Amino acid sequence: MTGGFPVRARQELGDAQLRRNLGKATTAIREKRAHAIAELPDWEQLRDAGAAIKAHALATLPEQLERLEAAVTAAGGTVHWARDAAEANAHVLRIARDHDVAEVVKVKSIATDEIGLNEALAAGGIDVLETDLAELIVQLAGDTPSHILVPAIHKNREEIRTLFEGTIATDSLSSDPAELVAAARSFLRERFLRARMGVSGANFGVAETGTIAVVESEGNGRMCTTLPEVLVTVMGIEKVLPRVQDLEVMLQLLPRSSTAERMNPYTSLWTGVQPGDGPREFHLVLLDGGRTDTLADEIGRQALRCIRCSACLNACPVYSRTGGHAYESVYPGPIGAILTPQLQGLDRAPTLPWASTLCGACFEVCPVKIDIPSVLVHLRARVTREVESGRTPEALAIAAIGQAFRSRRRYELAQRLARIGRGPLAMRIAKAPPGPLRAWSRSRDLPTVPEQSFRDWWRSR
Amino acid sequence: MTARQEILDRARTALGPTPDVPPIPRDYRAGGAAGATGDADVVALFAERVADYRATVHRCSESDLPAVLARLAGSRSVVASPRWARLLPGVAVTDDPPLSVAALDAMDTAITGCALAIAETGTIVLDGTADSGRRALTLVPDHHVCVVHAHQVVASVPDAIGALEPTIAEGRPVTFVSGPSATSDIELERVEGVHGPRRLDVVLLD
Repeated sequence: MTGGFPVRARQELGDAQLRRNLGKATTAIREKRAHAIAELPDWEQLRDAGAAIKAHALATLPEQLERLEAAVTAAGGTVHWARDAAEANAHVLRIARDHDVAEVVKVKSIATDEIGLNEALAAGGIDVLETDLAELIVQLAGDTPSHILVPAIHKNREEIRTLFEGTIATDSLSSDPAELVAAARSFLRERFLRARMGVSGANFGVAETGTIAVVESEGNGRMCTTLPEVLVTVMGIEKVLPRVQDLEVMLQLLPRSSTAERMNPYTSLWTGVQPGDGPREFHLVLLDGGRTDTLADEIGRQALRCIRCSACLNACPVYSRTGGHAYESVYPGPIGAILTPQLQGLDRAPTLPWASTLCGACFEVCPVKIDIPSVLVHLRARVTREVESGRTPEALAIAAIGQAFRSRRRYELAQRLARIGRGPLAMRIAKAPPGPLRAWSRSRDLPTVPEQSFRDWWRSR
Repeated sequence: MTARQEILDRARTALGPTPDVPPIPRDYRAGGAAGATGDADVVALFAERVADYRATVHRCSESDLPAVLARLAGSRSVVASPRWARLLPGVAVTDDPPLSVAALDAMDTAITGCALAIAETGTIVLDGTADSGRRALTLVPDHHVCVVHAHQVVASVPDAIGALEPTIAEGRPVTFVSGPSATSDIELERVEGVHGPRRLDVVLLD
C-alpha cells in the first residue's frame, strides 16, 4: 500500500494542467445534467423507483441470479461463475483459447478493469484492444482511467494529438477533436471487422428474460457485441434487475445522469444467441469479487445499487480538484470512496472514506439515492474499529476524552486545564503541535476556550 | 464447492434469514401518461428531438416515400432490410440472404424500418425483424435511413418498454438508436460520427 489518498491527492493537486482540464469538464457536465433533469417532471419519482428496484434486486440477489442463469441458458448462452478476479479472468482466457483467438476487441467495462482482464489476457498471449475512444487513449498512453464515464478526462486535446501521432495516426494531426476521432475510427475499423471475439461489461442483466443491456455512445459497443462470432460479457452480480419493466426506469435515469443526454446514442439489448443475427456463442461471466462481502454490511450494501453514471464524481468538490488517480482505484470519486474499500477490503484502502468533505452533493445527484455521506461516516467508524490498532493519536485522544466525560470530577478538571491551555505558549503549541498531531491541526483551528465554563457560571449566579 | 454454490451461499448468509425486501414505488409517469401513440403532438415532439441530435428528419406521405428514399440513396450503393428492399426495386440490394461483413462494409447506405420510436428521447428502436433488419445491417454502413410511421411513435420510455416486452421475452435483440454515433471523450466536446453510422436520416411517414 502507498500513502493512500492524502499522499496521492497532494501530488495530483500540484498539476495545474490537470486541474484546468478537470475543472472545465466537470463544470460543463454539471450544468448540462441539471438541464437534462429539469426536463422530466417525474425525476424524483424515477429516483425513488430506481433506488427501490436496485434495493429489491439486492435483497433477493440469490433468487435473481438463479433466474438470470436459467434464462440466459434457455436462450442459448452459457453462464460462468467467478468468486474473484483470477477466476473471472481464467474463464475469459479459456474461452479465447478454446476458439484459437489471438485478438480480442473490448467495450469499455469497469468490471473488467477491476479484475485486470487486459493484463491477464496479455499474459496469456492474447492481444486486447480497447475500442472506446477514451479507453483507447488510456491504453495507448499506458495510463489508467481517471473517470467512470470519461476515463481520459485528465487529458486535453493537445495531449491526445501528440499521443495519437506517436501511435495510431498515419499522418500528422491537428488538435481538432473531430480529426482525432476520425483517426481512431480508421485505426479501429478494420479490427472490428476482423475480430472473432468480443468482450463487454453489462449495464444491466434482466433476470426475467436473461437480457443483457449495454449503454454506449460511439457504436464500438454495437461492433463488439454484434460482429464477432463469440461474445463474452463480464458482469458484476449486483447489475441484475428482476424485470424487463425495470429498464423503463433505468434507461431514463442513466443517460441523463451520466452524459446529460435525453438518451445515449446506442443501447443494445440481447438475449443469449439469435440465429442469423450477431454472435453464434454467448458467455456470461458472473463476478462476485467482494460484492457478497459488501452485501453483508447493512449500511454499506447500498453502494451496490450504483449504476456507474458518474454524476457524483462531477458534483464532488474533492474529485473535481484531485481527479480520479488520487483514489488509486478503477472506481474513483465519492462512489469509489465507498465501493473500493468494501470490494477490496478496508485494510486495502483505509484512507478513502476520508476522501470527502461530507458536503452531500453526491447524495443529491445520485439517481439511485445512495446515501454516500452516511456510508462514508459508517466506513470511517469501521476503519477505526477494525483496521487501526487503537494507538493512533486520534484514537488515544478520543479514549482520553471518553475517560474525562465519564465522571463529573474529571470533566471539570479537564475544563480547568483547558482554560490554563489558553495561554500564549500553549496556543503556539496547539497551532503547530509536535509529531503526529500536526496532521490534525494543519487544516483545523482550535476553538478558543471561554474564561468561565457554563457550570462555573451556574454555581456563581 | 463450486463457485456458483459458494457465491449463492455467501449472498444468502450476507442477507440473513429474513431480508427486508422493499416494495417498488412506481409513481413516475407510466406508459400512456405522456401522450397517446401516434398523436400529432407526440409525432411533432419526436421530429424535434431527433433533429436535436443532428440527425435529419424528412416528413412525407406514403405516396412520396419511394421518391424520398431514392433521393436519399442518390448514386450511393444501398442495402435494405428485406421488407424495405421491395420498395426500391433495382436500387437496393436485399440483405436476404445476409451479406457478409465485408460486403456490408462496401455499402454506403442502409435503409430499414423500425419497431417503434420514442418521442421524448428522439429514439428509434430496432428489433431484428424483416422490417428493422438484423443488427449488423444498421451498424456497418456509414449512412442509415430509417423509415418511421407516425403510428409507431410512442411518447415515453415506459411506453416503449411496455410495447417491447413481448419482443424481448421472445429473445430478439433490440437496439435503441438516438442520433448518429457520437463521442464526448475529448474535453467533453461532442463529435458526431465514430464507429456507428455517421449520418442518420429519419423518414417520418404521416
